[in-house]
Amino acid sequence: MPDRAAILAEAARLRGQFEAAGALPVETAVLQPAGTLLDLYGEDIRARAYITSDALRGEQMLRPDFTVPVVQMHMAHGAEPARYTYAGEVFRRQEDDADRANEYIQVGFEIFARDDAARSDAEVFSTFHALLAPLGLQPATGDIGILMAAVDGLETSERRKAALRRHIWRPRRFRALIERFSGRAPVPASRAELLAAKDPMAAAGPMIGLRGPEEVAARIAALREDAAMPPLSENDVALIEALLAVRGASEDALEQLRDIAVDLPAIAPAVTRFAARLEAIGAQGIDAAALPFEASYGRTQMEYYDGFVFGFTAPGRPDLPPVATGGRYDALTRQLGAGREIPAVGGVIRPGLTLELGAAT
Amino acid sequence: MSIKLGVPSKGRLMEKTFEWFAGRGITLGRSGSEREYAGFVEGVENVELVLLSAGEIPRELAAGRIQLGVTGTDLIREKLGQWESHVSELAELGFGHADLVLAVPSAWVDVSTLDDLDAAAAAFRAQHGFRLRIATKYHRLTREFLRGAGVADYQLVDSQGATEGTVKNETAEAIADITSTGDTLRANHLKILEDGLMLRSQATLFRARGAELTEADRKTLAELSARLG
Repeated sequence: MPDRAAILAEAARLRGQFEAAGALPVETAVLQPAGTLLDLYGEDIRARAYITSDALRGEQMLRPDFTVPVVQMHMAHGAEPARYTYAGEVFRRQEDDADRANEYIQVGFEIFARDDAARSDAEVFSTFHALLAPLGLQPATGDIGILMAAVDGLETSERRKAALRRHIWRPRRFRALIERFSGRAPVPASRAELLAAKDPMAAAGPMIGLRGPEEVAARIAALREDAAMPPLSENDVALIEALLAVRGASEDALEQLRDIAVDLPAIAPAVTRFAARLEAIGAQGIDAAALPFEASYGRTQMEYYDGFVFGFTAPGRPDLPPVATGGRYDALTRQLGAGREIPAVGGVIRPGLTLELGAAT
Repeated sequence: MSIKLGVPSKGRLMEKTFEWFAGRGITLGRSGSEREYAGFVEGVENVELVLLSAGEIPRELAAGRIQLGVTGTDLIREKLGQWESHVSELAELGFGHADLVLAVPSAWVDVSTLDDLDAAAAAFRAQHGFRLRIATKYHRLTREFLRGAGVADYQLVDSQGATEGTVKNETAEAIADITSTGDTLRANHLKILEDGLMLRSQATLFRARGAELTEADRKTLAELSARLG
């Protein structure tokens, strides 16, 4: 492991490169209000972030990433379009693996721009690509937006689509929902009983707690409505499965996705955006056609990304986390913007890893 | 140096542990007054009794300050990350049985499984503007269990006692707690989810993996393992 002074110097060098690419250097506080992060990530973040507190400000988190505070800063008083870069520590609580760093330096680059998403995606990707080129890393790309469009395009109820959208980033639960909505998974006996009961509340006993009888009744009504819905068609399920299985060189992946779009036209605009991005990446002098693409890439770890996603890993070093990751997070700016939003894309590099892999561009 | 054996310092757990060891020819006991946390060991050489709170035994084992300890499986798994690399199980003692379960109000007739809980949590958050609260003192185990099941839109609130009462008091909507018979849950109008069993726990004799041992200690441990295991 390189020493801290060397890592900081490497971080400064990388940040300098992002500045040279037109980014404004910014700083954020190390202590972040926990509430915002908990609302975004849910309780799981407690397993990954250090939490502390005082009597005045309540729970604070040691910055687990820069994206959220940088978005907040931009939404509060940023000019548009904007390019930012930053370098500093992030903190990740490690409960299960003592070999993983609980504190490390990240250097980031983010673009907030309303025009031409494909060009911004390509600019971020090609900037990382150029910086990391001497390391011979393996790039990976994906696009969460295509899966989201596919869910939107399913022939089923809005409620089922909302449930699937909510679990896009939890592949196991997503799969379980597909099984249930398509009728492949048997209805649990308790559910069947509930649906058959004339007065489901008859044996309920005393109502306690904040979740009231009207909420229970509303869900029973929703369940009855859902039970009356036809199952998700075999065809739709097959299309989702085909979509999730798409992987290969971007050129081939694009062809596979165009084939799927014939039967699932809802994804056509997202596939067109993918094609435009490839073209924009190609215009930066990268062999975009050969770039590896996986439709399910980024679903387990990158929960706020909702479009283009990418990562760079060191071949032959499965012991190392990705050296760089990034993606598009338009929805995050919507959630943090209190009614406002701005398309955003960016990524981070770990200078500790670029050094370890023998950096120095 | 001698082998230090950590035993819960209070109540039934201590008495049952003493009985269990007595059944294997080792007499453990409290020396001095009822209030003094010092003990004696007879029937085996080179072993020292340390009386501790059951909740502290996992930490002391992990730190190697005691080489053997009796505590619940639930506490070991809650308090130690990668518990298997810190301790090994020597013997299950056959008492102190308790299940760590997830329970919701019985009146939630629409919620029987984790799948239902997840859907109810999403609706609850939309309705009330905050995430559905689950009261527990087993934060790690509950979080890992719910993450594995893909449940979202909940939050854990800390409850160190009388957890079954939190729903009625409207400080939580559901609970994750240990139960042996389920009577307390029923009395508080709560029911266990069909797939809500998180862990079966019982009093267990653990051995610290990381402890540094002298030759004499090693012999003592080998002898004890043979007699107790």
